[in-house]
Amino acid sequence: MFDGLDAVVLARAQFAFTVSFHIIFPAFSIGLASYLAVLEALWLWTGREVFINLFNYWLKIFAVAFGMGVVSGVVMSYQFGTNWSVFSDKIGPALGPLLAYEVLTAFFLEAGFLGVMLFGLERVGHRLHFIATLMVAVGTLVSAFWILSANSWMQTPTGYAVNANGQFIAVDWLKLIFNPSFPYRLVHMVLAAYMTTALVVGSVGAWHLLRDQHLPGPRVMFSMAMWMAALVAPIQILAGDQHGLNTLEHQPAKVMAMEGHFQSHPHGAPLILFGLPDQKSATVKYAIEVPKLSSLILKHSQDAPLAGLDTVPRENWPPVPIVFWSFRIMVGLGFLMMGLGLLSLWMRWRGALYQSRLLHRFALAMGPAGFIAVLAGWVTTEVGRQPFTVYGLLRTVDSVSPLAAPAVASSLIAFIIVYFTIFAAGVVYILRLMAAPPHHGEQGPQRDVPTRAAGITPAAGAPVGGAAE
Amino acid sequence: MSIAPHLSVIWAFIIAFAVFVYVVMDGFDLGLGILFPLFPKKADRNVMMNSVAPVWDGNETWLVLGGGGLFAAFPLAYAVLMPALYTPIIAMLVGLIFRGVAFEFRWRTTRERNLWDIAFFGGSLLAAMAQGVALGAILQGIHVEGRHYAGGWWDWLTPFSILTGVAVVIGYSLLGATWLVMKTEGELRDEAYRLSWWLLFAMIAAIGAVSLATPFLHIQYTHRWFSWPGMILTAPVPIAVAAVTLLLLRSLANKQDYRPFFLTLALFGLSYAGLGISMWPYIVPQSIDIWQAAAPENSQILMLVGVAIMVPLILGYTGWSYWVFRGKVKPESGYH
Repeated sequence: MFDGLDAVVLARAQFAFTVSFHIIFPAFSIGLASYLAVLEALWLWTGREVFINLFNYWLKIFAVAFGMGVVSGVVMSYQFGTNWSVFSDKIGPALGPLLAYEVLTAFFLEAGFLGVMLFGLERVGHRLHFIATLMVAVGTLVSAFWILSANSWMQTPTGYAVNANGQFIAVDWLKLIFNPSFPYRLVHMVLAAYMTTALVVGSVGAWHLLRDQHLPGPRVMFSMAMWMAALVAPIQILAGDQHGLNTLEHQPAKVMAMEGHFQSHPHGAPLILFGLPDQKSATVKYAIEVPKLSSLILKHSQDAPLAGLDTVPRENWPPVPIVFWSFRIMVGLGFLMMGLGLLSLWMRWRGALYQSRLLHRFALAMGPAGFIAVLAGWVTTEVGRQPFTVYGLLRTVDSVSPLAAPAVASSLIAFIIVYFTIFAAGVVYILRLMAAPPHHGEQGPQRDVPTRAAGITPAAGAPVGGAAE
Repeated sequence: MSIAPHLSVIWAFIIAFAVFVYVVMDGFDLGLGILFPLFPKKADRNVMMNSVAPVWDGNETWLVLGGGGLFAAFPLAYAVLMPALYTPIIAMLVGLIFRGVAFEFRWRTTRERNLWDIAFFGGSLLAAMAQGVALGAILQGIHVEGRHYAGGWWDWLTPFSILTGVAVVIGYSLLGATWLVMKTEGELRDEAYRLSWWLLFAMIAAIGAVSLATPFLHIQYTHRWFSWPGMILTAPVPIAVAAVTLLLLRSLANKQDYRPFFLTLALFGLSYAGLGISMWPYIVPQSIDIWQAAAPENSQILMLVGVAIMVPLILGYTGWSYWVFRGKVKPESGYH
C-alpha cells in the first residue's frame, strides 16, 4: 500500500493522520464543556427545566465525543517516542515538563471529575455537581494552554540553550512557556473551539426548528449558538489577523507560502485570491490578484515592500500549494461564519430568529464548518513550518526514529483501519443522539434507564436507534 | 555537590509510582474486560461496565503520566524504549482505543452491542498482553548504540516476553475478578469468587515462572537475587508473596468481599517491588541507567514542584470520586 515511501514520509503521514483525527475531539469538547457549565449554571440560577434538559441532552453527546478524544489522545502521547524518538531525546528536557504539567493539571482534572459529571448528579447534590462540571471545563482549557505552549515553542523557540548531547534545555522557563507565538495561537485556538461548538449546537437547533419552530429546547440552544456565532466570528477574524502578523515577524516563509508569494515585491505585494501555486517553477498559475492588498493587510501600507520565497533557500521552503489552499479554506469558512452571525442578528432584530428557514438551512449547513476550519488552520501552521520540527533549528528528516519503513507503514495502516471504524461508529452514534430533540425530563447518561437496560428491550427486534433514547 | 543524582532517584521512584498506580487501577478494569466472555448475561455485563464507568478514564490517565513523565524526566530512555517496543506499544494503543470507546458506544446501540462487547474484551486482552510483552522485552534487555535503539523490529518477541504477557493477563484478570467480588452481589459475585480461586492459582504459577526465568536472562539478575548480603533485601519478597497468598486464600474461603481485592493489590505491589529490585538502577536494563537517561536538573526540578503540589490533589479528588461511587452496584438501577 505504501511501497516506495521512506520512513520519514510515513512517520509524517502517521503523525498528521493521528493528530488530525485527535484535534477534532478537543476542538469540540473544549467548547462543549464550557457550554455545559453555562447550561448548568443557568439551570441552577433560573430553575428553568429547559436548561437541565439541554444539559443532559448535550452531556450524552459530550460523553461519546470525550471518550473518543481520550483514546486518540493517549495515542498522541506515545507517537513522539515511537516514530520521532530523536526529536523526543532532543526536545524532552525543554518540552517534556510542559506536557507533564498538562497531564498533572489538566488531564487528571478532566478525568477525575468526569465520572461525577456524567453519573453523579443525584449522588453528590447540585452544587457539588456543578463544581465537577466546572472542573472538567477548566481542565479542557488548561490542557489547551500547555499543549499550545509546547506547539508554539516548536514554531518560535525562545528561552533555551543546546547542551553537549545536542538536547534543547531550558534557560528561562517563562520565556520558553510564553514564547512569542503562544498568546496568539492560544487565543486563536480557544476561540476556534468555541466557534466550532457554537456551529454544531446551532446546526442541531436549526435541524429541529426546521421541523418544529415551537420546541423550547431547540429554540434556546439555537438562540445561544447564534449569539456565540455573531460575537465570536468577528473577534476570531481579528485574532487570526494578529496571529498572521506575528507569524510574518517570526516565520516569514510560512506567510510567503500562505500568500503564494514566490517572488519579492519591492513596491507593494498583490493579494492572490486564487490560483494554482507550482512549487517547481516557483509561480502561481492562473492567479486572480488584487494589486497591493497583501502589503496593505500585512504591513498596513499599500506600497510597503514584501519579501518572497526567492529570499529563502529552496531547501527551507514549505510545500506551498498545501499551505496556500488550506489557508484559503480556513479564511473562507471564517467569513462564512461571520456571515451566519450577521444574518442571525438581522433575523433576530426582525423577530424571525425561530422562523427564518433560510437562516436555519444556513446554520444547518455550517454545522461541520468549524471542524474543517480547525483542520485547515492546523494544516496551514504545521505544514507551513516545514521542513523543521523545531523552527530553524531541527529538521524533520533529522527527528525521526531509526525505524524501517515497513514497521511505520504497518502501524499507519492499523491506525487508519481502526480510526475509520471507530470514527464512523462514533459519528453515527452522535448523530443518532442529535436526531431526536431534547425533551421534557431528558435523562443524562445514567445507565439505569429501563428502556435501555438489557433484557427488557428485545435486542434483535429493536429498530436502529431504538436504544438511543 | 550537585543534587542531580538524588533528583534522578526521586524521579525514578515517581515514574515507578505512576506506572504502579496505572497497573493496579487500569489493571482491574482491563481485567474486567478480559473476563467479559465468562459472563454472557447482559444484565451482568451492564453491572460490570457500570462498576468501572465513572473511573476508568482517570485510571488510564496514569498511563499518560507514566509515558509523559518518562519523556520529560528521562528523555533518552523514552527515545530508546519506544522504538524498541514499537509493535507492543502500537498494539496496546489499538487495544485501548477499542475498549475505551466501547464504554460509551455499547450504550448507544442495541443491534451492535454484542460487537462492542467483543471490542471491549478483545481490546482489553490485547492491551494487557501487549503491556506484559513490553515488560518482558524491557527485562530481557534492549540493544542500544550511542543514543539510539539499534536492535531489530522483532527483538521484543521471545518466549520470555510471551510468558510475561500471559502473566500480566492472568494478573489483571485476578484483579478484575476480585474487584467484581467487592462491587457486586448475588450470582455475579458468586461466579467472581469461583473465578478468583482459579485465577489466584494461575497467578501464583505465573509469578513463579517469571521469577524462575528472570535470573537466566542476565547474570546480573542472578547476582542481584542470590548473592550475599543482597539476599537480606531480596529474600523477604518471596516470603511475603507466600504470606499474602495465604491471606488471600483465607479471605476467599471466608467470603470477605473487600479483602481479596486489596490483598491482590498487595500481591501486585510485591511482584512490582521484585521487578524493581531486578532492574535497579537501570531504566533500560543493562544499557542505560537512570543517571545517564536523566533530563537536566532544571527540568526535573520544575516538574518535581508540579508533582509535589498536584499529585496529592489528584489522589484527593480521585479518592473522592471513588467514594462517591462506593458500595455495591445494583443490577437494575446502576448507581442509584
